[in-house]
Amino acid sequence: MIGPNRQGEVWVFAEQEDESLHDVSLELCTKARELADRLGVKMAAVLPGWNVRELAYRLLAHGADRVYHVHDTALEHYRTLPYARVMCQLITKHKPQIVLYGATPLGRDLAPRIASEMRAGLTADCTDLDLGDYEDKRNKVTHRNLLLQIRPAFGGNIIATIINPSRWPQMATVREGVMRMGEGDPKRNGEIVDEKIKFNDFDQTIQLIERHREQRKVNLKGARIIVAGGGGVGSKENFQLIHDLAGVLGGAVGASRAAVDSGFIGKDHQVGQTGTTVRPALYIACGISGAVQHRAGMEESAKVVAINRDAEAPIFGIAHYGIVGDMNKVVPMMIEAIKDRG
Amino acid sequence: MGYDCVVCVKQVPDTGNITGDAMKEDGTVNRSALPAIFNPEDLNALEAALSVRDRFGGTVTALTMGPPAACEVLRECLYRGADRAILVTDVRAAASDTLATSYILSQAVRTIGSYDFVFCGRQAIDGDTAQVGPQMAEKLGIGQVTYYEQLVELSDRTARMKRNVGNGWEILQVRLPVLVTVLDTANAPRPPAARRLMRYKRAKAPLEVAKQTKNGKAGGDQERLLSALKETGLLIEQWDLDDIEADLQWCGLNGSPTKVQRIQSIVLTKEGYTEIPPTPEGVRQMVHELIVDHTLG
Repeated sequence: MIGPNRQGEVWVFAEQEDESLHDVSLELCTKARELADRLGVKMAAVLPGWNVRELAYRLLAHGADRVYHVHDTALEHYRTLPYARVMCQLITKHKPQIVLYGATPLGRDLAPRIASEMRAGLTADCTDLDLGDYEDKRNKVTHRNLLLQIRPAFGGNIIATIINPSRWPQMATVREGVMRMGEGDPKRNGEIVDEKIKFNDFDQTIQLIERHREQRKVNLKGARIIVAGGGGVGSKENFQLIHDLAGVLGGAVGASRAAVDSGFIGKDHQVGQTGTTVRPALYIACGISGAVQHRAGMEESAKVVAINRDAEAPIFGIAHYGIVGDMNKVVPMMIEAIKDRG
Repeated sequence: MGYDCVVCVKQVPDTGNITGDAMKEDGTVNRSALPAIFNPEDLNALEAALSVRDRFGGTVTALTMGPPAACEVLRECLYRGADRAILVTDVRAAASDTLATSYILSQAVRTIGSYDFVFCGRQAIDGDTAQVGPQMAEKLGIGQVTYYEQLVELSDRTARMKRNVGNGWEILQVRLPVLVTVLDTANAPRPPAARRLMRYKRAKAPLEVAKQTKNGKAGGDQERLLSALKETGLLIEQWDLDDIEADLQWCGLNGSPTKVQRIQSIVLTKEGYTEIPPTPEGVRQMVHELIVDHTLG
């Protein structure tokens, strides 16, 4: 455990796999840069791995003042214990005030292990971060400039703001795709600090025997435009219209859980709390009623067009354009209108 | 030989079936309006433990922390085959965050004594944090295997397990004891066994008995009821923080580094969307507007 350290840096755990950085780490760099500027402190990334020093330059380009780089064979592929050892030793040494992790399967495995060893607070799956003051009425103290960790809870029915007033570092995992990723400036200067970590026998007790990775076929997160279909589409045949509209718009195809469960389309396409979180420039929701679990995954979209037969469907509550009607008729009209736009 | 398994289970509000009165006017959760259920992935954790015992011998101990009402999930574990059930309950444990909860549960596991596996569901549906498992593993000083899907091999003190990491899978070799968090894709939980249900539906923890006698529902005094339950093997063990030698500094509100600053209920912003008629002209106009504001390139 470390106490509040107002001069402490803002850190990002840089997640990498097979020599490439996870997007969420760069998204977090952009956010951490903003937080560090507001706090008037430096922003750093921690990059553990084996032969990954090159990746440090991308982290510098995306806003890090400093990259703590750890090069060790024990870190070749992710394993909880050695990675936790790296983070705990570096946190104890440098006393950052904030440490952010991607809410990826890896981040959600690693961060709680670290939080427990550091006896520090950790908030899972944040969808927003901010800074703010907290008045502790019981002890009559005001804590200034705490990290506000904002996350949906209770199945997405409430939004909670969590703080971590005294047992630092303030740590959070952040969902993929909810933070904007900056452009990155390759000319930005910064420092790469090579750190050496001592591992013990316990750190090596778990061995990776076999490892298999699949390429993701659907890129919902990166899509500028998403056309998504729900249970209201009615059939797998009708779902072709969703593909057609996405085709003329150059967008990706999304789906609600109802559409996936009905077998209209694969789970890779699912948007929402148990699927992918997206924030495209345009989200066209066809035959999607808009259950909270779905909205949680797309309500950050810049523009939402909702098409639904039920005028009372909750999706209209977050729509910018609403069309009450049968998507089987409306979608072909949209395809026509887009083809004609010339 | 055989393996001693501890399964951590939780009673949760059914967040998947939220109805209108689930949220109070002030935006807080109206827990009483939500049915309490067995956290879904904890059933998969229970099944993983039971199948280790069924294949290799050993024991399954179900452990939960919560109010006396949480005994319902312990009884569910007994119906399905658990050998022993323990309720950790203490008002001083209230308002524990994930870190304090994992400390308390780890103290309870230490009190159980010898164990080879601790199984937890990947996450609970009321918080979706997935933090308690890994935090418990750290507190117990043992390794962790998260997102467990399959036991590939188990011999003596070494296990090989397959875990699903979202974009693929891997097989880890671990030394026991180990903590495992189980995915819903790992197995199909067995249903309650009829004979066990008939037997264990009367299983109770002391606090439940106390409540029952206070309400005058049962005749006889508490002591007699308790010893009768104990004799017939129907007493659910009940521990407080002293029984598990928990340091109060790490429990409840004091032991929780995180605080909730604010809760907002998600209210639909009904204020104005542009209603477009479902006609070619209407749709054309909307597409035009989306082009003008550069949403469509």
